[in-house]
Amino acid sequence: MFAEAIDEILKDQCTPAVVRVIQAGKSPTALWDAITGAGFLELLSAETDGGAGLSLAELFPVLRSFGHYTVPVPVAQTIVARALVGSQLVLPPGMVTLAQTFRREPNGSISCALTPYGMLADFVLCRDGDGLLLLPCAVASRVSTGVPNSLTASLIWPDEIRAIRVLHGGAMLPAFAAALHAALLSGAMNRVFEMTLRYCNDRAQFGKSLGKFQAVQHQLSVMAEHTAAASMAAEAAFQGAGNCPSLLNAAMAKSRTSEAAVLVASIAHALHGAIGVTEEYDLQLLTRSLHEWRTAHGSEAYWNTVIGQQVLLSELSLADFVRSV
Amino acid sequence: MSNLLSAFRLATLPVETTQFRAEVKAFLKSSFEPTSPDIRARSWMGFDAAFSRKLAARGWVGVTLPARFGGAELDAFSRFVLVEELLAAGAPVSAHWIADRQSGPLINKFGTDAQRQFYLPKICAAEAFFCIGMSEPNAGSDLASVGTRATPCQVEGSSGWRLNGRKIWTTNAQHCHYMIALVRSSGEPQDRQKGLSQFIVDLSLPGVTVRPIRDLSGDAHFSEVFFDDVLLADDALIGNEGSGWEQVNAELAFERSGPERIYSSIVLLEHWIACLRHGADSSAHVATLGRFATHLATLRNMSIAVTGKLVNGESPVVEAALVKDIGTEFEQSIPTIIEAAIGLNPDAPVDADLYRTLAYVSQIAPTYSLRGGTREILRGMIARGLGLR
Repeated sequence: MFAEAIDEILKDQCTPAVVRVIQAGKSPTALWDAITGAGFLELLSAETDGGAGLSLAELFPVLRSFGHYTVPVPVAQTIVARALVGSQLVLPPGMVTLAQTFRREPNGSISCALTPYGMLADFVLCRDGDGLLLLPCAVASRVSTGVPNSLTASLIWPDEIRAIRVLHGGAMLPAFAAALHAALLSGAMNRVFEMTLRYCNDRAQFGKSLGKFQAVQHQLSVMAEHTAAASMAAEAAFQGAGNCPSLLNAAMAKSRTSEAAVLVASIAHALHGAIGVTEEYDLQLLTRSLHEWRTAHGSEAYWNTVIGQQVLLSELSLADFVRSV
Repeated sequence: MSNLLSAFRLATLPVETTQFRAEVKAFLKSSFEPTSPDIRARSWMGFDAAFSRKLAARGWVGVTLPARFGGAELDAFSRFVLVEELLAAGAPVSAHWIADRQSGPLINKFGTDAQRQFYLPKICAAEAFFCIGMSEPNAGSDLASVGTRATPCQVEGSSGWRLNGRKIWTTNAQHCHYMIALVRSSGEPQDRQKGLSQFIVDLSLPGVTVRPIRDLSGDAHFSEVFFDDVLLADDALIGNEGSGWEQVNAELAFERSGPERIYSSIVLLEHWIACLRHGADSSAHVATLGRFATHLATLRNMSIAVTGKLVNGESPVVEAALVKDIGTEFEQSIPTIIEAAIGLNPDAPVDADLYRTLAYVSQIAPTYSLRGGTREILRGMIARGLGLR
């Protein structure tokens, strides 16, 4: 129900043209207001607190939709941030993003390197041990990555005076951030697959559509396989009665989607030919995101190590281990 | 979203399978003496009639067949659990494998009541082992070009069939009692899928010759089967005459989506992990292990999603092809990666069982993407499912 509703709003409000101008530096306010005005930031809050009380399984298709439309505002992060702080803090209005790293420098300053949506966010929520730290971006200096049309930025605060501390929820942030990005990746990969399938049906060479060539069919089949696998892995992180994905499920979700993202992006570009790498064609909005989201909050290389350590420490057979996750 | 991709939504095994899994584990603990890993790695190619009879005595051969024929009448989810545990343990399940997975359900679905009453109790008792006669010397991936022919004739005063031709790459025909063969019963080779029928051939009949074919690993699980004027009674025909192609296709979803398309290299992988857990330094392989665990968990969920469709009475043939293709890619990657791992440091000792198991799996792994439909055939089916053909 919520997934269909958000899809309708995004189809209308988050067109490729809107994504382009926001990535180019124009104000995201209209899009943000359209999404937040519909009450979507409160999806995970309990119904008694005026939220929608969504389960993780119900949240998954919503997050996937954000990936499908490459939403250029941190709405997924803001929803998750509200769940992480829970009743400990009423978050101020505005865009909240999640930090993938957090450092205290000897001079007392704080830095959050390569923060997704760091160019736009009003607040950054970081893990600080067992707790969380909410940092207002108004008093931070934002350092762009220099990558054109990327909303990722590093943020530096001279001190912690304006930081708001929350005691619990720190341990959940890496898992939820990884799972969130797995859902975004899955949504984007599905869209890339649809676009590529359509392109191969429409584009003709040697007198027939590309999709009639066996070599092309086999590449699309492989792409479908890995898109489906990524989708299963992402969905598996959003299960259970808890309000946060488990670390191992989130790790597997982020690992599998990040690994698939490279293959899906590369086949999509190979089949599209040169038009696929142009600014005017929408594929680039998605494949740039696939690569950015693959590295955000740990690529498959990072999460595979986390999972592998658990496998080694476990006394279970691997078959039993994967069932116990 | 493409219909094919939207089929892959998370499904979970029903709660009651947890208890069933515990029963299967307990059975394996009491009735299966683990052999060395290179023997266990043969798993669903490993033939052991005595083990199959023990399993049958427990009621677990013909698990999905009706109770009145001796079956366990369990659903596809329970079969998934049973098969998963048998394969993970490396139990030698080849003897009853084909009958349990395909031939029994096929006879139950398309057979006459007399055929059901004759074959199914034998299958469930592990007294009738089946093989599948599909490929021929000139009909590999191009299965519709089969040339083995059944011609109507008189057999002992009633109508019957005379069978002539030859099947090849049949698994374990030398150990089996019956073959379900896809043969031409009318028309000409150019009629392709039309005019094909399935026959249950008693392999002890005069005119049947089985010649095992030795493979590169030293085993002889393949065989070649010759039919020279083999006389079949009319009730050897299973299902409708001329419907062989449709019947074969109905089996494929069962054949392609199960845990056996994920677990073929699992004994090797488990043994490698055991070596790493006891070894001096496993740090170089931690990420590799994490990746294997991730892929196994994901493929398992995909396989369960397809099993859910089977339980709902659907025939997810294309979804099954997709799971098989990506599943065998994973199975084949396991020996490839472990070969590199044991060669990472020439000075480090290599466990003897690991070395032998790895060699076997590396040698046999190319068959994973041949048996049950080649990679190219499966990708063609997926493309058709995507509307490209």
